[in-house]
Amino acid sequence: MATARNVTAALICIAAAVGSPKFRILNSEFLIAQHIERPAVALAQSPTYGVGRAPKPEELKAIDIDVTPDGKGLPHGSGTAAAGKEIYTRRCETCHGPSGKEGPQDVLAGGRESLTTSRPQKTVGSYWPYATTLWDYINRAMPFDHPSTMTPDEVYAATAYVLFLNGIVGEHDMLNETTLPRIKMPNRDGFTSDPRPDVGASPKKRPSP
Amino acid sequence: MTTRSRRWFLRLGATWSAALVACRSKTAPPSAEPHALGAAVSPYGSRSRFEKAARQVNTNTKVPLEEASSRTPLHDTYGIITPSSLHFERHHAGVPEIDPATHTLTIHGLVDRPLVFGVDELKRVPSVSRIHFLECSGNSGGEWRGGSTESDVQRIHGLTSCSEWTGVPVSTLLRECGVQPQATWILAEGADACKLARSIPIKKAMDDALVAYAQNGEPLRPEQGYPIRLFLPGWEGNSNVKWLRRIKVMDQPAMTREETSKYTDLMPDGTARQFTFDMEPKSLITRPSGGDTLAGPGLYEITGIAWSGRGTIARVEITVDGGATWVAAELQTPVLPRAHTRFQWPWKWDGREAMIASRCTDDTGYTQPPLADLIKVRGVNSQYHNNGIQVWKVAADGTITNGNRA
Repeated sequence: MATARNVTAALICIAAAVGSPKFRILNSEFLIAQHIERPAVALAQSPTYGVGRAPKPEELKAIDIDVTPDGKGLPHGSGTAAAGKEIYTRRCETCHGPSGKEGPQDVLAGGRESLTTSRPQKTVGSYWPYATTLWDYINRAMPFDHPSTMTPDEVYAATAYVLFLNGIVGEHDMLNETTLPRIKMPNRDGFTSDPRPDVGASPKKRPSP
Repeated sequence: MTTRSRRWFLRLGATWSAALVACRSKTAPPSAEPHALGAAVSPYGSRSRFEKAARQVNTNTKVPLEEASSRTPLHDTYGIITPSSLHFERHHAGVPEIDPATHTLTIHGLVDRPLVFGVDELKRVPSVSRIHFLECSGNSGGEWRGGSTESDVQRIHGLTSCSEWTGVPVSTLLRECGVQPQATWILAEGADACKLARSIPIKKAMDDALVAYAQNGEPLRPEQGYPIRLFLPGWEGNSNVKWLRRIKVMDQPAMTREETSKYTDLMPDGTARQFTFDMEPKSLITRPSGGDTLAGPGLYEITGIAWSGRGTIARVEITVDGGATWVAAELQTPVLPRAHTRFQWPWKWDGREAMIASRCTDDTGYTQPPLADLIKVRGVNSQYHNNGIQVWKVAADGTITNGNRA
């Protein structure tokens, strides 16, 4: 079962690699496939100890905040970079600079074509593979000292502005739960699976007696 | 760290001299005959006021200290267990203060029965205690680009620690919830200000992952995730989500910030490796090491720690000639899987310049490589997962410096 799945994943992967301009093995399906092998035991079964209680719907709603690349988890709402400029200036600029490039904290913009240089800049535009991740991270963790204080509309607008600073969306492009997952980030195909152990062969010299 | 606390060998010598004098001369007055009562019993112990070993905090940085790390004084710890008070820290939005009476763990998503567990309730479920290291993937990261020759084992490698962790297997809790067949990942999320979240393959969750509530025999320290944390034996520190509040069973990774733009390893061709969970086999000589000064030629025990995120340490070898020859060190028991393992080897220093280092091999047959070999494949931009051999340079005057690029 697992083997069949891996073969399928490998085929998907090869097809994707052939289609890619640099012929690299870079498909996220491949990354995911390597971890899919399931435990030998069946997972679904009866409870053993009968501990725990069912969550109330409102409890679950309050903490079920994650957003996946397919857009699942994104709330209703919308925002544009034009609307996000004011939010950015008020809540983000102190740490990230007027254009997202000045710091003093993480650089958000620029850095394209820098990943192969001696001073790579891992910005939203140069490095982040999914726009949904940006929405999720702003929503869960930003601003640093007052996280989770923005409304969904504000998060959409702040996300749009950071993407606008990177030239990924236009000033008036409307981001919402439908349009955000459709954005293809510049470094979307920049990630590979873990090939380790890639170094660490058997010792050339045996221990002295 | 103060220079005084690093003069381990000098102190040792002074103690021996005092002991010898005491043996020779029975008429000499005792130095500290007690004439007064000592302190009374106390409800919670603390160390001697003469002991100063501390975590190293880099305050010379633009990074807020709530989003920083502190490093274990590996040079001044013994055996394989790190005292909880000296366990390294890495936080992303500060240490939250959480009341265990109100904290809960929710498991939901692709399960038959979403469940909420209180902390007391988790403590009633059959538990396990296991000794495991925990290492930040950024440990030793400064050496990729050539660290300072003046640096020491704490500053370079202090983002690894080892504890006994007690908790409930994640598999037990997932079985209570009834995981559905299409589940392939879980998302673990903390209750800290940034609600740090990592996706973990369900295979690991069902294998040896714990929801840990205790460390070294007492409840977790707040900085280690009190009241509960995820613990993934052998996997990079960041994935061991602290202050755990939620596990969502999923059919895909969530691709959170931590697992996309943060804890990924940039390669020379501009691609980055993702989901690099294993901490590969690694060893360090902790004494003598950078910052020590040897008093003069003679016997010095070389000691250090070795560990592997993939299994058990099988062998540690020592070189004192920069890798030309290697000898087997003695492994101190217990030698446990995915745990720090203490090694020792008696060295007679001849008073000449020496390059000393250790390398380990684990039970998968992997041998810790020289840093240069890692750089050849991964370049110097990967930032994380440096498990290369650490070389210490012993000068003829006995001073010891970081010899990785010497």
